[in-house]
Amino acid sequence: MNQAVAHAASVPFVSIFTIFVMAIFVGYYVVWGVTPALHTPLMAVTNALSGVVIVGAMLQVVSSGAGTDPAAFKDITPTSLLGAFAVFLASINIFGGFAVTERMLAMFKKKK
Amino acid sequence: MHDFVSQYADWFYLVGAVLFILTLRGLSGPKTAIQGNRYGMIGMTIAIVTTFFVVPAPASPVVWLIIAAMVAGGAIGFYRARTVAMTHMPETVAMMHSAVGLSAVCIAIAAVLHEGVYHDGIHRFELFIGCFVGAITFTASLFAYGKLAAKKWAKTIKGGWVKPVQAILFVAMIGFGIHYFTTESMTSFYAMTAFALAFGYVWIAPIGGGDMPVVVSLLNSFSGWAAAGIGFTLNNSMLIIAGSLVGSSGAILSYVMCRAMNRSLFNVLFGGFGAAAVAEVAEGEQKQKNYRSGSAEDAGFLMSNADSVVIVPGYGMAQARAQNAVKELADTLKEKGVKVRFAIHPVAGRMPGHMNVLLAEADVPYEDILEMDEINSDFAGTDVVLVIGANDVVNPAAKDDPSSPIYGMPILEASKARTVMIIKRSMATGYAGLDNDLFYLDKSMMVFGDAKKVIEDMYKAVNGGGH
Repeated sequence: MNQAVAHAASVPFVSIFTIFVMAIFVGYYVVWGVTPALHTPLMAVTNALSGVVIVGAMLQVVSSGAGTDPAAFKDITPTSLLGAFAVFLASINIFGGFAVTERMLAMFKKKK
Repeated sequence: MHDFVSQYADWFYLVGAVLFILTLRGLSGPKTAIQGNRYGMIGMTIAIVTTFFVVPAPASPVVWLIIAAMVAGGAIGFYRARTVAMTHMPETVAMMHSAVGLSAVCIAIAAVLHEGVYHDGIHRFELFIGCFVGAITFTASLFAYGKLAAKKWAKTIKGGWVKPVQAILFVAMIGFGIHYFTTESMTSFYAMTAFALAFGYVWIAPIGGGDMPVVVSLLNSFSGWAAAGIGFTLNNSMLIIAGSLVGSSGAILSYVMCRAMNRSLFNVLFGGFGAAAVAEVAEGEQKQKNYRSGSAEDAGFLMSNADSVVIVPGYGMAQARAQNAVKELADTLKEKGVKVRFAIHPVAGRMPGHMNVLLAEADVPYEDILEMDEINSDFAGTDVVLVIGANDVVNPAAKDDPSSPIYGMPILEASKARTVMIIKRSMATGYAGLDNDLFYLDKSMMVFGDAKKVIEDMYKAVNGGGH
């Protein structure tokens, strides 16, 4: 078990749930401020943001590698392969999402 | 360095989360939006780099797995983002939702597979939620992608068997989930995932193309909740915050879309809207009504002699890729002293804000593009309304006919203008399957044909005949 997860596991559920509820409120108020003309860029950028699951995917890739011989490929387990596939998918979102948002926003801007 | 970053990892994640909030904040206007997008990129970079330091054995070969996967995925995403046509944005967005969904499923299964780790009750519950939300998002988005890209395999399914099958799949999914929760049986976890995948598809497949803006934004919301679910599993506050932001954003967009159609989300997802509409057309409206049709030349002449023109674009404009031709027509009219504006209905197109993006691509000035609430009171003083491939969003039945299935839906009040010109391929009904009284008014004129071709002919007429 890696130290980050082990450390985080000591956080009581209620505090992490508090973060969740607060974030929903922040999201609610912030998103209402988005002008309707930018709803498509909003969807594209939130697509990129949901690519943040890459953090979870990365942790899965290495979750079996703790403390073992750095040169050994025996670290590669089904868990790390699945994690790597998840990293691959999330990367499509992150790079694709930000790039396409940038492209759209440039169109909205240039006529000013 | 390594110790420093991993010790303060949570602080770095906090910075990333704040940057994500600022990203959405930036989208409140086109001027700050670019800055907002940059904040998002910085936040994501911080998240990824920090995670590299959090992982316990950075020298291990498995880390190269991460980098290889990231480079491959990044290249594909970047290439797609650079090359996709703006008219294909809806299906691209749907495709990206499905990638997040599948990613969440892989992470959840990877976590369950992870040997030697005992998952307590709350963790099992979180894995269960993260996995099935991800699985539903994956297959539902895949269908939405197929539907929007008009793929043959993405057929709308109909029939009395659909609802019972949905119910059975849903119950089976929950049942196996509970079995996993109580026994930690791997088989049940896989079974639950399989049923969730099947449910996602069968859930979205009966929904027609006209409701796709709602479906796409709902799945946007789902992809966020899936990310938040994974965040719970890993106790990672940044994932939870980012996931919730995305989740709320999609939920609000779905609500906005539903309100713009005067329908409830429940009605869109499980409703008999399509059925009711079809029935009505079959019953009564078959009697022949008279409409006037004219040529693009006539229409061009009328517009060049008008004081003000309002253009109402719809999905037909996107399909014909007519946005650049429309922009040229608008510019020529303006040169002749005609006041030209664009009116956008919130559900025009196949995703929220689709028309805005197409018009922005064609360089139509931002100030000329008005939302429904801003323009509706001006129609009465407008000489000519030009409706391009839009149907239900200008249907007066939504205001006048209490028996109409779309009664109560806010519309662009095009019928109040002095003259209405409608570009359509034929007299066929729109996505809601309804006839449109607007087409039969004395002041209306139909111009049949492909939107791009018609607009180009109008452009020629305006240029040639305006003197």
